Amino acid sequence: MNKKTFLIFTMPSFMMMVFFIAIPLFLVFFQSFHFKQDILEIVEREKCDPFGCKTEILKVPVLDEKGNRTKINIWVGWQNYKNILQFEELNSIIKNNGYSWSAIQSIDFYQALRFTITFTFITLPFVIIFGMCLALCVNNLVNRLKGPVIFITLLPFIITPVIGSLSIKWLFIGDGIVTSLLEYILDKDIAIFAKAWSIELLVLFYRIWHTTPFAFVIFYAALQTVDKDRIEAAFVDGANRFQRFRYIVIPHIMPLIVFVTLIHLMDAYRVYDEIVGFGAEGFLNSLQWMTYDFLRLDDSGSRYIGRASATSMLTMIGIVIILIPVLRRVFREQKEKKN
Amino acid sequence: MESKLFNLSLSLKVIVGISIILWAFIALFPLLWVFIMSIKLPIDSFAANPLNVIIGPNTLKQVGGLSFINLIFLCFSIYIYFKFFKSRQHYFLKINNLTNNKLISFLLLVLIFIALFLVLFLFFNTHIANFLNNIFEYIPFLKILSKPLIGFTTQHFIAVWSENEFYIQFLNTALVTLGVVSISLTVGTLAGYALSRSSSVIAFWLLVAALVFRALPHSVLVTGYLELFIDYGLYGKKIAVIILLVAINQPFTIWMLRSFFMNIPQDLDEAAQIDGCNPFQAFWMVIMPLMWPGVITTGLFSFLLAYNDYLVCALLLDGQSQTMVPAIMQYFNMETTMTDLVESIAAAASITLPLFILVMFFQKQIVSGLTQGSVKG
Repeated sequence: MNKKTFLIFTMPSFMMMVFFIAIPLFLVFFQSFHFKQDILEIVEREKCDPFGCKTEILKVPVLDEKGNRTKINIWVGWQNYKNILQFEELNSIIKNNGYSWSAIQSIDFYQALRFTITFTFITLPFVIIFGMCLALCVNNLVNRLKGPVIFITLLPFIITPVIGSLSIKWLFIGDGIVTSLLEYILDKDIAIFAKAWSIELLVLFYRIWHTTPFAFVIFYAALQTVDKDRIEAAFVDGANRFQRFRYIVIPHIMPLIVFVTLIHLMDAYRVYDEIVGFGAEGFLNSLQWMTYDFLRLDDSGSRYIGRASATSMLTMIGIVIILIPVLRRVFREQKEKKN
Repeated sequence: MESKLFNLSLSLKVIVGISIILWAFIALFPLLWVFIMSIKLPIDSFAANPLNVIIGPNTLKQVGGLSFINLIFLCFSIYIYFKFFKSRQHYFLKINNLTNNKLISFLLLVLIFIALFLVLFLFFNTHIANFLNNIFEYIPFLKILSKPLIGFTTQHFIAVWSENEFYIQFLNTALVTLGVVSISLTVGTLAGYALSRSSSVIAFWLLVAALVFRALPHSVLVTGYLELFIDYGLYGKKIAVIILLVAINQPFTIWMLRSFFMNIPQDLDEAAQIDGCNPFQAFWMVIMPLMWPGVITTGLFSFLLAYNDYLVCALLLDGQSQTMVPAIMQYFNMETTMTDLVESIAAAASITLPLFILVMFFQKQIVSGLTQGSVKG
């Protein structure tokens, strides 16, 4: 294929990615150094009801002649980042409490960072191990049962994440069926949605439930391509079942374990839907959720675009760090191909 | 010898069996429970005893329920439906003989399945079964067959879809997903084809860039344009959401389509070009007819992305233009009574049902799509 046709064919997709991914990234970078907000004024308003009158203090946007909101957009340098990272507060916390995680987590950003990272790396081994076990089990199943089992397995993966987490939440809320069962067994009151740690456990469980099918499908497909002659040869040489698995199957599907790891890191790092679905925003906070929270309208009807951009930039630094090993491998392979 | 080698010992067989059953239970239970709760009165939906939730004594008393006859009818209809479903290939070929167009016959088949569903579950199971119930009530010994056994009510579904006008959100979702799937596929197939046929440096960089973009949190992309969209009156318009979702989806689409195109030998395009096709004709007339499985699979994943999206829709749409998933969350936040809660459960069940059907129809394509990307990528 010559260069010209290549360019014509890729142009629409390329444009799409430039205009709606690359340029927004620049905009985000630019916005993160700006303070952009509706101008608000404080208005005292008297509110009367049958029990008497009260004066309320309200923040109301200032409107111009046409009725649009007036906006300010000023260069603030690193101020947005400072507002998010809150170094001074961090210093004072460390001075008072030492390096205790629980104290540092009173600052939103560090809590989000802590949760996002532990979430990403705790779920990973579970997803891979469960996915692998499930693939091995299904592989040894009677052929007739394979189809239905795969059908059931795909459901948690395909379901809308928000709805999936809701469906698990309903089992565990105050009078949900699992809570009732636990209360019956343990003989005491349980309130899962009142403690941060129990919600976090549930969120972790949800993600493992949701992603295991993906790992399963990949591993299961890979198991079909394992060379049977090699396994037989190993058997003749006296390798037991575990050794055959360890020294033949694992090396064969290693690239796919790397692939599942990569995809899982990418997806788990942007954890967000669970927090919405479980209604956990009072207890948990992830990096992407922070951005979303700045972007939506607050009580006074304004959005914190600058801070959202700063959080986005910090989030992206994290994803680049996660991707570096992968990208290095890709480049190495490309170089080898050329030589 | 081989059969002996790959057979499991009895203890391993037991372990495999138990783990599969356990997993099937864990995977299915939350979803199934949502459906069970949605057809009961609130007092039964959140009863402490699971048997009470399943049987629903209060629902039975106040609304009524399914009798033995109803249950027989239900099992029979499900059996018929699956029987028909299993031989879908056969019917597809029959219809194809008549119409000679694969797309039209596929759509016809889907229509037939929907019609069958409606006839079985909205007519056969309700009117005819109830008619039989009424007759059996007057027969002394068979009376027991028409006695309601399991509490059942559709009032929450009716409340959600007609009183709360959930169909508006359904139409919004349909529009957004349709837009995302069609644009993603059009743009993606062109690029995926070119990328699979080129080993140039540009192609390599494009793929690496796509990989990096694939990793970006979606909120980052919304952050960039939110202000502009609001200023230029695109807030609350579906087109803004469609464009953003297509962009978010694009890296994934081109990677997946590229790996599907790699399976089609390059000799074919060369042969077509020797026969006098220009590159576009070769692409459209020779390669595309072989690509439909790949396109359908990629379309499925685009559909899932658009259908399941919460973040972009919640930030860019509101009120009447909202799609189903964010709408249900607003519903859920407003909830004040138990009835509201069960209604939102019914709404959740309605959102899940199309996905159930999707997996039923396209299980093979979903599996092939997942593995395709990994093996070639």
